[in-house]
Amino acid sequence: MSGSEVVIVGGGVTGLSAGWWLARSGVKVTVLDKFIVGWEASGRNGGGASHYASPLFDEEQRMWPQMDELLGYPTEHQKERIIIAMTERQWEQYRFVAERHKRLNHAVELLDTKQVLDAVPLASEKAFGGVHYKFGGHANPQRTTQAYAWALQDLGGTIVQHSPVTGFETAGGKVTAVKTATATYGCDNVVVAAGPQIPQLMAQLGVNVPLAAARAEMIITEPAPMMPLTGVDGHKLYGRQTMRGNLAYGGGPHEWLDMDADGPAARPSTPLARNLAKRLAEMLPKAAHLNVIRSWAGIIENSPDGRPIIDRLTSPDNVVVASMSSVGFGLSPASGHAIRDLVIDGKCSFADIDILKLSRFDNLEADWREKRGWMPIS
Amino acid sequence: MELNFTGTDLCAINGTRSAPETHYDTVVIGAGPSGVAAAIDAATAGAKVLLVDENPVSGAVMGNDVPLYFGGRMTSATQNAERMLEAIFMSMPALETAMDAGVELLLGTTAWGVYRNGPGVASLPQQVVGLADSERSWLVGFDKIILATGARDLAMAFPGWNQPGVMGAAALQMLLTRYEAFAGRRMLVLGSHDLALETALLAKDRGVDVLGLIEVRDAPQGHSDLVAKVAAAGIIIHCGQTITAAKGGINGVESATLKTGEEIACDTICVAIGLIPSIELVDAMHGPRALSAMRGGYIPAGEPTVSAVGDCAGLADSGFDHIAYRMDWMRALSSVSADDTIICQCEEVTRADLIGVQPPNYLSRPAPMCARSLDTLLEDGPANPDQIKRLTRAGMGVCQGRRCRDQVAMLLAIEADKPFGSIPLASHRAPVRPLPLKILAEWDEPAEMDAAWDVWFGIPTAWVPHEDIGTPYQDEHREMLYTGMYK
Ligand SMILES: Cc1cc2nc3c(=O)[nH]c(=O)nc-3n(C[C@H](O)[C@H](O)[C@H](O)COP(=O)(O)OP(=O)(O)OC[C@H]3O[C@@H](n4cnc5c(N)ncnc54)[C@H](O)[C@@H]3O)c2cc1C
Repeated sequence: MSGSEVVIVGGGVTGLSAGWWLARSGVKVTVLDKFIVGWEASGRNGGGASHYASPLFDEEQRMWPQMDELLGYPTEHQKERIIIAMTERQWEQYRFVAERHKRLNHAVELLDTKQVLDAVPLASEKAFGGVHYKFGGHANPQRTTQAYAWALQDLGGTIVQHSPVTGFETAGGKVTAVKTATATYGCDNVVVAAGPQIPQLMAQLGVNVPLAAARAEMIITEPAPMMPLTGVDGHKLYGRQTMRGNLAYGGGPHEWLDMDADGPAARPSTPLARNLAKRLAEMLPKAAHLNVIRSWAGIIENSPDGRPIIDRLTSPDNVVVASMSSVGFGLSPASGHAIRDLVIDGKCSFADIDILKLSRFDNLEADWREKRGWMPIS
Repeated sequence: MELNFTGTDLCAINGTRSAPETHYDTVVIGAGPSGVAAAIDAATAGAKVLLVDENPVSGAVMGNDVPLYFGGRMTSATQNAERMLEAIFMSMPALETAMDAGVELLLGTTAWGVYRNGPGVASLPQQVVGLADSERSWLVGFDKIILATGARDLAMAFPGWNQPGVMGAAALQMLLTRYEAFAGRRMLVLGSHDLALETALLAKDRGVDVLGLIEVRDAPQGHSDLVAKVAAAGIIIHCGQTITAAKGGINGVESATLKTGEEIACDTICVAIGLIPSIELVDAMHGPRALSAMRGGYIPAGEPTVSAVGDCAGLADSGFDHIAYRMDWMRALSSVSADDTIICQCEEVTRADLIGVQPPNYLSRPAPMCARSLDTLLEDGPANPDQIKRLTRAGMGVCQGRRCRDQVAMLLAIEADKPFGSIPLASHRAPVRPLPLKILAEWDEPAEMDAAWDVWFGIPTAWVPHEDIGTPYQDEHREMLYTGMYK
């Protein structure tokens, strides 16, 4: 049996960032993934990194500008965002959020139509206005995921791909080993960061983690001329211009799914690409002639209140569970730090993350998914 | 905040999609000989049949080497859509027969995606194929779909291949026959299997000066009858030979240099080393497919509602191992070309950067990045072209990997010292043709779609700033941003 101080189940951004933070503290870590790192949501998302609602926000904002240097690999992180309103209702909503940012001392600036057109050359004269966030940003999810993995290896950590975790060994109220079909990994601590498969894995430890999986989609165009600020979205889309120039956008209705222990069997995209294309062409009409060259989908999980669960359990007491509830890419530099703290110190050192505890769902109704209408289409 | 759940998530996809505009018993994609025959058969058997073909494709699309590897060698006549429509129709008398049999025919119409319920999706009202012409896109329902999408060109990199005048055999045949719009005059052909021999004979027949065939192996590879015909036509096959560079000027290729140093003046280099069955639609819909070296690559493995006919079902099996042949070419071309030879034209990825798994030039390469390579990646698991694509961008461009995906797979096999079949097929994604945003857009989407549209899930508690949880502000937030979603 090979061993590690910490075994992490799941090589998405959450598990990898946690592993990287632990390795930076000199801890010997092993990350196990069922396939290749970042193959699920972590490599299929919008790359947004502006999660002001989260208690991890300040740390997210502090870390991102340093990530390329700390990791030693490019993440394509770009600063700031402009959110464009294309309807009166959106303008009202975006201004409401901007007001809130002002009260929280997050730097924002309201842009009128002309200012939007100056700042976003591809934008529409029909824009009602925009909000310039002087914070937040975005990065390349695929490059970032691999950067965490490589940086972790550079610090002596181990990545084991193509190795689905099948179960755990426990003794004395602790997990003592993590099992795959071919190997057993002894451990002092376990981090379960397996995205939509967290409930199945945790059930094996007798722990109920209420999460519902869903599919979401994105499209990408051929490169457009580089805009002065690449973090442009709005019109109820999220997305970004890549450093190559491509426009990558998502948004709109999700599809709830069942999930079994093997994880997603497929991640199909659908004709929703047409509805994304419509909104993108409305918001950036000067790009409407550009070719869409791909669409894709990813599977993410949500907790009943849509907020992450980051918690160190009491029983077994050497397990940290981390579901990012569909907002985990941007927060990853901070979620990894929080997980590191929980593993080593039992407590997050830089933020109060009690609202992310699993125990908030202790009294959850058994039919919480049905109540919310979060059931798969039968 | 008390949330009274209603049992319905108004931001879920359920019931928001539009129904297809029309429905056919059978839709046939591709109006080559086998597609037309299949359409006639189905119509004769009483089915309501739609036959679509993307030709004539616009000059702009051809310019991206889509769907075939045109290499910029189409005449300006291809800019004239009406004239091309007429040329295509006239070149295929069988189309008239099909229409007489009751087949509905749409030319200049691309099938860019096939969608159906299955693992990971249950929200489609029915199985549909996405179509698009130069004006708009739309969805068509079907009971049965017959793919007759043919085969596309295998491109091969050598110094100077990334300029006008280097093109594929399927594109050349298309321009010579259906479009009558080939702009070259003096042509060298790479390869000597049936494809190359037939292409050389056709070109010669259409008045192109065919300067010779280049063959890496020691003897001509094709059927002896064809070899004899080529010899009789006075065309030389240079065996045990390879091309080391194409030189050119503003209008593209002007000459080809061979391994021997011999330089042959030409304006076109036709890569006729192989064809790849066009299975983009099958793969993008997660249809089953299998690798067949004798039939040119991955071919559909067959299922009840989706069938394939003609070259997209696999090239005719003549006992020739196409994969081994391509690999010989790939090894030969790699050995005579420098590491900085471009492999992915769209993203300008060199062979060195591909094998080094290095990021594009606009990103910095700190020491740890430079220390990474395919070798270090292979320590973590077998080579996967989609992973290489994420890291290097090879295959991420506007030609949708048509020119480089096969080469990337071959190079990975060679570098990893593994059989070609061990390298997974890089995924195809809809739209399987590049489609402008304004064409792909569903401009007349149903109101249900807009009503359900939220930027991200629409969960009322998810985006309340954590400082505001439990304060009156959280209700204000919910009212402003999520009205109507939950009671
Ligand atoms: C279309 C889309 C757009 C998004 N946009 C954004 C955005 O703009 N900003 C943002 O912050 N977030 C965004 N997200 C959400 C974000 O991608 C996820 O929250 C985040 O990637 C979660 O990372 P993770 O590591 O927790 O989970 P995952 O990425 O799901 O990783 C879990 C890993 O665990 C592995 N695993 C599972 N089970 C096992 C097992 N039994 N054994 C071994 N390994 C296992 C899986 O293979 C996987 O690699 C988006 C998501 C999608 C799908």
